Amino acid sequence: MQVTRFPSRAEGLSDRMSGFIAHLRMNGLRVGPRETGDALSALAAVDATDRDQARQALCALLAGDAEDWRRFDELFDAYWFNAGKQRAGTAQNAHVRVQSAKPKIWQDREQGDGAEDRHSRNDDATTPDPGDGEAEGTDGKLIATRTANLNRRDLRELMDEEALRQAEAAALSIARAIRDRRSRRRKQALRGPALDMRRIQRASLARGGEPLDLFRRARPPRPMRIVALCDVSGSMTVYSRVFLAFLKGLVSSGTEADAYLFHTRLMRVTEALRDHDSLRAAGRLSLMAEGFGGGTDISGSLDSFLSGYGARALNGRTVVVILSDGYCTRDPQALADVLARIRRKSRRIVWLNPLKGWKDYAPVAAAMQAALPHLDAHLPANTLDALAALEPEFRKL
Amino acid sequence: MSVTDIQQGLARAGYVADDSLAMALHLAQVLGRPLLLEGPAGVGKTEVAKALSAMRDARLIRLQCYEGLDASHAIYEWNYQRQLLAIRAAEGSASEDQLFTDKYLLKRPLLEAISQDTPPVLLIDEIDRADEEFEAYLLEILSDFQITIPELGTIKARSRPIVILTANGTRDLSDALRRRCLYSFLDYPDRATELAILKARMPAVEGLLARQIVGVVQALRKEDLEKTPGIAEMLDWAAALSGLGVNDLAKAPGEVQATLVCLLKTAADYDAAPPEVMDRLIGKVA
Repeated sequence: MQVTRFPSRAEGLSDRMSGFIAHLRMNGLRVGPRETGDALSALAAVDATDRDQARQALCALLAGDAEDWRRFDELFDAYWFNAGKQRAGTAQNAHVRVQSAKPKIWQDREQGDGAEDRHSRNDDATTPDPGDGEAEGTDGKLIATRTANLNRRDLRELMDEEALRQAEAAALSIARAIRDRRSRRRKQALRGPALDMRRIQRASLARGGEPLDLFRRARPPRPMRIVALCDVSGSMTVYSRVFLAFLKGLVSSGTEADAYLFHTRLMRVTEALRDHDSLRAAGRLSLMAEGFGGGTDISGSLDSFLSGYGARALNGRTVVVILSDGYCTRDPQALADVLARIRRKSRRIVWLNPLKGWKDYAPVAAAMQAALPHLDAHLPANTLDALAALEPEFRKL
Repeated sequence: MSVTDIQQGLARAGYVADDSLAMALHLAQVLGRPLLLEGPAGVGKTEVAKALSAMRDARLIRLQCYEGLDASHAIYEWNYQRQLLAIRAAEGSASEDQLFTDKYLLKRPLLEAISQDTPPVLLIDEIDRADEEFEAYLLEILSDFQITIPELGTIKARSRPIVILTANGTRDLSDALRRRCLYSFLDYPDRATELAILKARMPAVEGLLARQIVGVVQALRKEDLEKTPGIAEMLDWAAALSGLGVNDLAKAPGEVQATLVCLLKTAADYDAAPPEVMDRLIGKVA
């Protein structure tokens, strides 16, 4: 195995170790200057000339979670043994941990001069970490505008993993935002901010009037439930993958959530989305969503939802989220009627409309016109930004 | 004590540790840092602590975390009843200094662990089940090995306990906690390791039967199951089979089906492993 030749200015182990830490940080591990010292003392504690021992020791010390742990060997080899893979894993991973260092900027540098970098490493004196960021400022700015652009692009153009993950994250934060509701009344509880004077007095009788046992009262949680109905008809196919990711985020958030897909028929997909095996989930979903991309029957689907699942799925603490563009082939009055009925059984109805974010959009479609009076909110959902911006709106509900 | 010493010591305590786990334990002892173990259920995370305490002949102090665990259950609590009795007995002449002393302090596992003369093994089990606030309590203990009690002041550890935390992903742990810990991930063992585990734990199960048991369990882990059988399940199954006097799985299909309850823990999994499937798995191993 070829051993990395370090530049002459990197003197001794401590310099190289700090380079290694920087290399790990660049690859998304959460390590800082403190770890450099720790790593050196860890090496002192083992037989540092034994490659496997050194690797295992550093892995135990520097890895923070299971993913780091799995990637560590590769990163280790990349730095110390010139495997040249040093940035291979960056692109997919760095964005998750933006809080560490400046991965975005590094990423850009690496894409920009990755080729020559690798080339020059072969001949001689390159630092394994292109550490000194002379051109950070300008690069960073460039990247910022580019990412902003991506966020504002219409969801139709976004089908990559990244976008799906962002949609899921947006759903998660929404679900969390509306989960943390508390009752207005205080009830007796093991822990809580208020003392339950009545019970304390009653119990103190047994102890001669000495209030030994303190009972408390707290406001018990009254979490909201979410029922999400997603339109997967022809006009919505372009959005459907992102919205499916959104639904998955809602269902897997730990909040009580229920998800349905509809086009001309309605089906419940909560179980399929909850499947922790994502491959199997995809299989189940595609089976269920047969006829994906046909016509739309919003009112019919909502009606069958109400008569079939409504009694169980809806209660006074339910937020109904409808993801649809509102193009319906049926009588708009029927839609208004069924929405009014859902309204009576649930707390709020929110319509997320991918068309609404467009410039000059007006709800002229007859179905949308009929639906509007029954909605608590009609919000845009055409970009990732719009999805992320939903959280404060949901908080208000 | 070197890494191989630890491996051998653990083996004597009946625990088969791979190189990376032994290294992590070695560093935990040398650097005095807590060790965070993650991995699927049933791979022996808790056993590590037990084996380690047996190896070092140290006391094992265990804190089982659960939702709602708070400082008064994990660190310390004042013995209010005793304090009040003391006040009564002294007819009000008891001064405050006398009331807030060691005598009235109820030690819970964490305080207990740092007030031992010989370093104990402190096992904080399933830390991800406790609330996030509890993690914050832990930070002071894990980094400085001291506990601050407002009425008494700061209590420093008399000896540094070896701390082992386990988690299996109910909740994401905070970065602050992860940074203070060494980390090791335990996965399901490979065939050879699992055979060694079976041999260490159940010397009575030998030869063909041991190979078959391990082979079938390894194959079952690759099947599409809800609850993948862990090492504990494998050992249960081996105990059940040897208790029934089975010597060859292929010749005792009835017993195999009857003892599957040790391996498969949900109805759906039970349906997923009908006799034909088990026959196929056993056939592959033999």
